Amino acid sequence: MSEKFKVLYYVNQFFGQVGGEDKAGMAPLFCPEKVGPAAGFEGLLKGAGEVVGTVICGDNYFNENKERSLEFILNVIKEQAPQVVVAGPAFNAGRYGMACAELAKAVVDELKIPVVTGMYVENPGVDICKEKAIVIRTSDSAGGMRKALPTMAAIALKLGKGIELGSPEEEGYIPRGMRKTLFVEKRGSQRAVEMLIARLKGEPFQTEMPMPVFDQVNPAPAIKELGKATIALCTSGGIVPKGNPDGIQSASAQKWGKYDVSTREALSAPDFYTTHGGYDPVYANEIPDRVAPLDILKEFEKEGLIGKVYQWFYTTTGTGTAVSKAKEFGTQIGAELKAAEVDGVILTST
Amino acid sequence: MEGLSENKLVWRNKWGVDILKLEIGRIYIKDIQLGNETTVKNGILTVDKEGLITKLKEDERIKDVKIDVARPGEKVRIIPVKDVIEPRVKVSGGVNGFPGVTAKQAQCGDGVTHVLYGAAVVTVGDIVGFQEGVIDMWGEGARWTPFSKTFNLTVDINVVEGLTPHVHEETVRVAGLRAAEFVGTAGKDIKPDEVLAYEMGSIFEESAKYPNLPKVIYAEMMITQGLLHDTYIYGVNAQNILPALLHVNEELDGAVVSGNCVAACDKITTYQHQNNSVINDLYAQHGKEINFLGCIMVPEHTTLGGKLRASEYTLKLAKMLGADAVVISEEGYGNPDSDLLMICKKCEKAGIKTVLITDECAGRDGMSQPLADTAQEAVAVVSGGNVSHVVTLPPADKVIGNPEAIAVLAGGWKGALLEDGTLMCELNAVIGSTSEIGFHNVTCRLY
Amino acid sequence: MVKEIERFGIPIVHMATITTISESVGANRIVPTVAIPHPVGNPKLAQEDEKVLRKELVKRALNALTTEVSGPTHFE
Repeated sequence: MSEKFKVLYYVNQFFGQVGGEDKAGMAPLFCPEKVGPAAGFEGLLKGAGEVVGTVICGDNYFNENKERSLEFILNVIKEQAPQVVVAGPAFNAGRYGMACAELAKAVVDELKIPVVTGMYVENPGVDICKEKAIVIRTSDSAGGMRKALPTMAAIALKLGKGIELGSPEEEGYIPRGMRKTLFVEKRGSQRAVEMLIARLKGEPFQTEMPMPVFDQVNPAPAIKELGKATIALCTSGGIVPKGNPDGIQSASAQKWGKYDVSTREALSAPDFYTTHGGYDPVYANEIPDRVAPLDILKEFEKEGLIGKVYQWFYTTTGTGTAVSKAKEFGTQIGAELKAAEVDGVILTST
Repeated sequence: MEGLSENKLVWRNKWGVDILKLEIGRIYIKDIQLGNETTVKNGILTVDKEGLITKLKEDERIKDVKIDVARPGEKVRIIPVKDVIEPRVKVSGGVNGFPGVTAKQAQCGDGVTHVLYGAAVVTVGDIVGFQEGVIDMWGEGARWTPFSKTFNLTVDINVVEGLTPHVHEETVRVAGLRAAEFVGTAGKDIKPDEVLAYEMGSIFEESAKYPNLPKVIYAEMMITQGLLHDTYIYGVNAQNILPALLHVNEELDGAVVSGNCVAACDKITTYQHQNNSVINDLYAQHGKEINFLGCIMVPEHTTLGGKLRASEYTLKLAKMLGADAVVISEEGYGNPDSDLLMICKKCEKAGIKTVLITDECAGRDGMSQPLADTAQEAVAVVSGGNVSHVVTLPPADKVIGNPEAIAVLAGGWKGALLEDGTLMCELNAVIGSTSEIGFHNVTCRLY
Repeated sequence: MVKEIERFGIPIVHMATITTISESVGANRIVPTVAIPHPVGNPKLAQEDEKVLRKELVKRALNALTTEVSGPTHFE
């Protein structure tokens, strides 16, 4: 019999059997026993895992002292070194849900230990942690405990043994938002024709791809004095110096590059070219400024129309690049531009 | 029976005769051998290697040709692959080859065509652009590409120095088509193992025959964006067309040729045009659940005006034909996502139901938004999988082409080829893996 | 990328051809450009004419940066 994997359990003051609302201000404590839902949990692990202890924390305390609470709890987890952390289920309790969610996120991000929790779909904690932790779908009240625990335990068992989880429907968790590539029996065209016929007959059908939802950002205030403004040039058109020194991918970029253009008049060929794999490169390779117009900006700088062209030119390839990567690039580049007190940005796309 | 034929006569008098009648005779190919003549005997295709090389080198732009064979199950990797073509021969009706490209103009989709079923010509050679790909014939890699199941005759083409990229691409493209034509002739006098009949009357005739079936049209988007991003219909670069209506038989009979376009995973190779799975699967339902009207070939432009025009024109054609529903397939990703959704929105608003086929750029971890654009009208979408899904392909015993090419292919990167020959790449680089005409059986699910 | 940079409070103009995408993803200042392979240029034009066009497009972008907007706005 192989060694049992270790589980650490997190509950609030109520499920930790300390008290109700009056004890919601209690600071976290570690208890080497199995308290509340943790008590029955071990049995559900079918002898493959053991619960090494319970962390109990007041909901109010956690939410009002998030950093201090996390510090304490993460330290306990480091000491106990569990293979899986289980939190909740929090059902529709908002503060408890937020505590489970924040904890789950921190444990996955910082300690790389998988976390299972359980919540009602409308619990605000779901959106905080569903991408990181496995959140099983529960009812909205503690009456669902008996149903929730076996589901959580089944997942903990798989996580503890390193077995890949099945689909959200099979396992009972709220989708993490991950698009998992897999094989199916029928080819795509067959599935399309069947979906079409179902639609035409008014029968139920299910799309394979719910449409993405993009958030909006408030526009930044306009530049007041263009003549004194520093303008930065960015592109997702893949214009890079000859030889692509940073190896920016031709599609599905994993990185961006920045290049000093302070002494250049233009992004002229052959010193620059495009590494972008998503369009006919011939025209961009003739005159890279057709994609990123450094030459015109430099002229405007000379004429005094703008104050200055920012020293660094930022570039990556847009084609097939995941939105999450683009976000990451934008955040990194934005932070640099902010620090350099750049006043405005021109971003060109192909 | 007499009444029926009378009925048919009445229709013919009223609506005219059958437009196109295509018979595809499949000759099952069980192996390919290289030899001194080009023949099929007992399912074994023998290819006259020197004869083929001589034939291809008639094009003075070609310096060198290497011919090889890759069979299903062999530990062989082919890279960088430009196009895949099915070898065929015209037995009667029309002309042999690809009209407007390798042959004189003729009507495709009529007459008898023999297919060397199970064989494919795969063009390889110096890289022209990032959009070329890899085919593994065995193991993990074989699962991801439909072209691991065909017996592949590889044609590795070296061109003379000094060609511009556009000319280089054309040379390789035409060489592949010529090779397929050369090989296909072996099937001319062979009795097919299976015969498929494609017969479709005029839209009026079919609608009179099936008055109660919903009328369905197929809008096939094609990348038409320049080097390695073009598609040719009867030799016409589709960059320059308004959306064009094709009879359902035409594409299945060589009217459409790939310009080796877009990322390998979702480019529609010439083979996939010849065997367009959407057309075949809609055809199978014609007269049963639907009335399949035809195909609208929709160019994907690089300008906003072009996209607006093409989507409006597509809607107009669908309306003129009285379509109740449309299947729209995309080619490529990124900016064409907006074309796809434009057509979808316009059709749905006009009361024409849509089903879309696309693929996803959800990032290597699958956690990103799948499309570059969005539309609430797109309620029925088939996904061909995530182009950024990373696969690890073990080392091959033999590589046809150049394994180093992965460093520059879309979906590859510097260091993607490990020292022991293992290849790590995104599906992006695997030919046909995320097919947006639904040629393969990969998809994505929400996890 | 556009949005994330804008989150830092720096005005950013997106010069893009397929402006429907820019709008969908949430860019606020948008300058429509020529074509995907050459957004800020047009190889079909004579050299001088192309230069005029390119200057005009960049001017539009600068104009966008100096204009207050309240939501996605095209500068044509």
